[in-house]
Amino acid sequence: MLDKRMTAQDVVGQLSDGMTIGIGGWGPRRKPMALVRAIMRSDLKDLTIVAYGGADVGMLCAAGKVRKLIFAFVSLDAIPLEPWFRKAREAGQIEVLELDEGMFQWGLKAAAFGLPFLPTRVGLGTDLAELGGLKTVQSPYADAETLIAMPALKLDVALLHVNRSDWRGNVHLFGPDPYYDEWFAKAATKTYASTEELVDRMEDHYPQDAHYNVFERCFVSGVIHAPCGAHPSSMPPAYGWDMKAFKSYADAAREPGDWATVADRFVGATEAAYLDSIGGKEAVAALPLPIF
Amino acid sequence: MTDVITTEATLAELCIFACSEAFRGNGEIIATGVGPVPRLGASLAKLTHSPELMMTDGEAYLVEQPVPIGPRGYDDRKAAGHLPFSRFFDSAVWTGRRHAMVTPTQLDRFGQINLSYLGGTYDKPKTQMLGVRGFPGNTIYHANSFFFPMHSARTFVAGDVDMVSGVGYNPAKRVPGGNYAGVDLRRIVTNLCVMDFGGTNNAIRVVSLHPGVTFEEVQDATGFPLEKGEIVETPIPNAEALTIIASLDPHNIRASVIKDNPPARRA
Repeated sequence: MLDKRMTAQDVVGQLSDGMTIGIGGWGPRRKPMALVRAIMRSDLKDLTIVAYGGADVGMLCAAGKVRKLIFAFVSLDAIPLEPWFRKAREAGQIEVLELDEGMFQWGLKAAAFGLPFLPTRVGLGTDLAELGGLKTVQSPYADAETLIAMPALKLDVALLHVNRSDWRGNVHLFGPDPYYDEWFAKAATKTYASTEELVDRMEDHYPQDAHYNVFERCFVSGVIHAPCGAHPSSMPPAYGWDMKAFKSYADAAREPGDWATVADRFVGATEAAYLDSIGGKEAVAALPLPIF
Repeated sequence: MTDVITTEATLAELCIFACSEAFRGNGEIIATGVGPVPRLGASLAKLTHSPELMMTDGEAYLVEQPVPIGPRGYDDRKAAGHLPFSRFFDSAVWTGRRHAMVTPTQLDRFGQINLSYLGGTYDKPKTQMLGVRGFPGNTIYHANSFFFPMHSARTFVAGDVDMVSGVGYNPAKRVPGGNYAGVDLRRIVTNLCVMDFGGTNNAIRVVSLHPGVTFEEVQDATGFPLEKGEIVETPIPNAEALTIIASLDPHNIRASVIKDNPPARRA
């Protein structure tokens, strides 16, 4: 059976300019930041990013990697407005398709099932449809209802961060909410999952945890061992988000707020250097889980 | 209830009490209050007149005991059910089994709301905010109410909001053949008054004024003409409600919601 282990550099090698990349997680939660940082260290450009956005989106926008963003929000939660994303928007730097959160997952599901669109009532009566160029369809049944045709959000690649994986691509996702990671995985041609823990055969180590396998290994093309790979976003139950790091990242957006001069603090020359700069694995493990 | 306690209520507590009324008789639906005052209002409703309400812990679990706001230990939360995001849309939003109370940046005379951007254009907004989040879906599928801590014409705007992020009652925005049966805007609580959408063609009207506030004052702070309902004085929370509110907000976060934390009854 195929050994799917690879490095973050290998993942970047599989990407090319202009690709459509979906990023799992939600706002400041469980973002595949080690993979995002690997993209930040590369020459990739003109990307279309599809995400329930947090600092992943803010950083990629700030670094000029993004040609188009498909989003429903970009937020760091406790810092509601993502400052680097705002700068890019207010400068008119990026093309956008703004969607409702529920409609967004509907587009991923359409892509997963190979459909051109899925009908929805959501978006009617708002500015979304017109601004996004979304078309309507009419129900062919007696009700004849007019509905929005939510286009499939077909992804070239999905990037996810999971709690555990084996070399065959079986993954376990803990935490209270898997968000829409399974739909990112199914909507993508290839999915790369970075993982906190890498084991050889899942069934030998954690057979009792099989229900944490929220999507199947046929949707996983590569697994990347990346402990602390969600930092500064949260990775329950292993660690919470790093509010101090988010605050410093947000503060750095203030005038002059030039990304090139601060990028190294938030990306680092290598992942090892980045981890060292934030105090290593021990510091990440000590980050408390957020309480709502 | 004694006079001593009623006069001690703050305006924020009066607003929480008014927000809780929005959830009365809603049945077994998810009550979501976003922000301290709406969340305390929904929690107060569940602990008093409407125990059948369902509620999350602010994350992915359903709780029968509303979770207090502010710092505390995880052990406070006891899950009775599970409602992660995927199920939230499948079970609550797109089935219409929810009532959300939120604070948009703008609201217009048709109840259209905006929290996406202010000024400029879609391609180059002057001020980028959050994005539409779930509001297009929320407003076409389930009940929605609103809370504003600072009633002003910057919030209650003349004309349309800058980007229509939630469905209102604007006939010009109705795509022919669409089903708008789920549009159900309920109540607007502000630091001055309570309003609803019960006027002519769902016009916004004032239904209660907070103690000491006049209709003219509310109108002056609103960018569009308001209708008058059968206006009463907004009730001041009773001692039981104040005790529950205090237990749900042990750090008194509610004191920071309205500028200078004024009393419920103007001096």
